[in-house]
Amino acid sequence: MNISKKWIVAGIVVLLIILLYTSIKGTYNNMVKKDEGVKAQWGNVETAYQRRLDLIPNLVSTVKGYANFEQQTLTQVIEARAKATSVNINPDKLDEQSLKQFQTAQGELSSALARLMVVVEQYPNLKANEQFLNLQAQLEGTENRIAVERRKFNELVQDYNSYIRSFPKNIWASIFGFEKKGYFEAEAGAEKAPKVDFGTN
Amino acid sequence: MKRILTLLIAVLASLWVNAQDIPEPMSPPRLVNDFAGILRAEEQNALEQKLRSYHDSTSTQIYVVTVSDLRGYEPSDFAFRLGEKWGVGQKGKNNGIVILIKPRIGNERGRAFIATGYGMEEVIPDVVARQIVDKEMIPYFRENKYYKGIDAAINVIIDLAAGLYTAEQYSKGDSPLAGIIFLIIFFGIIFLSASRSNRMKGGSLGRNLPFWLLMSSMGSGRGSSFGHFSSGSGSFGGFGGGGGGSFGGGGAGGSW
Repeated sequence: MNISKKWIVAGIVVLLIILLYTSIKGTYNNMVKKDEGVKAQWGNVETAYQRRLDLIPNLVSTVKGYANFEQQTLTQVIEARAKATSVNINPDKLDEQSLKQFQTAQGELSSALARLMVVVEQYPNLKANEQFLNLQAQLEGTENRIAVERRKFNELVQDYNSYIRSFPKNIWASIFGFEKKGYFEAEAGAEKAPKVDFGTN
Repeated sequence: MKRILTLLIAVLASLWVNAQDIPEPMSPPRLVNDFAGILRAEEQNALEQKLRSYHDSTSTQIYVVTVSDLRGYEPSDFAFRLGEKWGVGQKGKNNGIVILIKPRIGNERGRAFIATGYGMEEVIPDVVARQIVDKEMIPYFRENKYYKGIDAAINVIIDLAAGLYTAEQYSKGDSPLAGIIFLIIFFGIIFLSASRSNRMKGGSLGRNLPFWLLMSSMGSGRGSSFGHFSSGSGSFGGFGGGGGGSFGGGGAGGSW
């Protein structure tokens, strides 16, 4: 009688441990998967921004060639680019703060570029230059790519965040060190991004 | 904490709204989705047939979508979201293209956008997409000749994707002549090498010639624009809709 009672208790304990193990295992693996998904998408976001950084030297040199083009605007673009290049984020630490830092630097570049595009309006020759028109189309393309990759990033982060923050997964998340990740916010800088829609009028 | 919550709600809300906004593909699945009703039935059929046979031989999906309302989106954004939602192109290859057209209605400007899937960005760079819209589509669209504009754009896209001429050649306004000359030289070299190898083997040139011709036309056949002409049977079948392709913001557009 006594012995069988002990066995039942032991059996229940073993069963509980197995249940706990499988539940943690599933949750943990899902978190890893979602975490990796966000990181991979961050790579795409960075590529899109890098594309824009790579385009700027060409843009600057094309514009520079035009006599007495406003130097100040160009300098601002170059400086903003340098600043944006210097901000690098560790993909393992995509929290709200570092994302904000990244976004601020890139946002400054966006508005510097927007100002440049406004100034360009005063130079009809430049606007008719084919090389410049091509650069403009490319710039528009990079802005589109940035917008798309940011949206996809936000969707993945939203999925990840709501997963790790719902009960009882939040307990395992905090034990295993899965932290909430930051979103891209539709902030002023993004709205000011060069709206290069110079449609055929 | 409160800010995070509002943000989360905002993101969720925007997701929900977006899911509502982009239309569902027409059923049964087809490549020409004329929601705006700017194409006659026979025009739709002609385009569908051309795109379908192109899809059957290359697996590249070119969708033509017309809408009378962009529901507050930029044409680019609308096209990317639609391409992503419908899964235009094959999964992994991402070889999908969405040609989005919002016709001119009253005083509202017409808008057109060619969105390229990840896998098509190299073949049709943004600059070229913009030129296709400006040079092939809009001149016809101004005269309300939607079919002609779409058809012209599709022809260029198919030729570009097939490598009949390169994006640079198209941008410079070169005629496909360069591509044709290239093909002639290519054929010529194969002819020569064929006859040489035959002579060395001592075989007769005449007997193996058709074989070589066949080989060379198979090798470059994807490049010839003859490949996508199809016989005029009107029945479409076996098109399963989008293949799960993905869009990353490639493409360009214009307005009129």
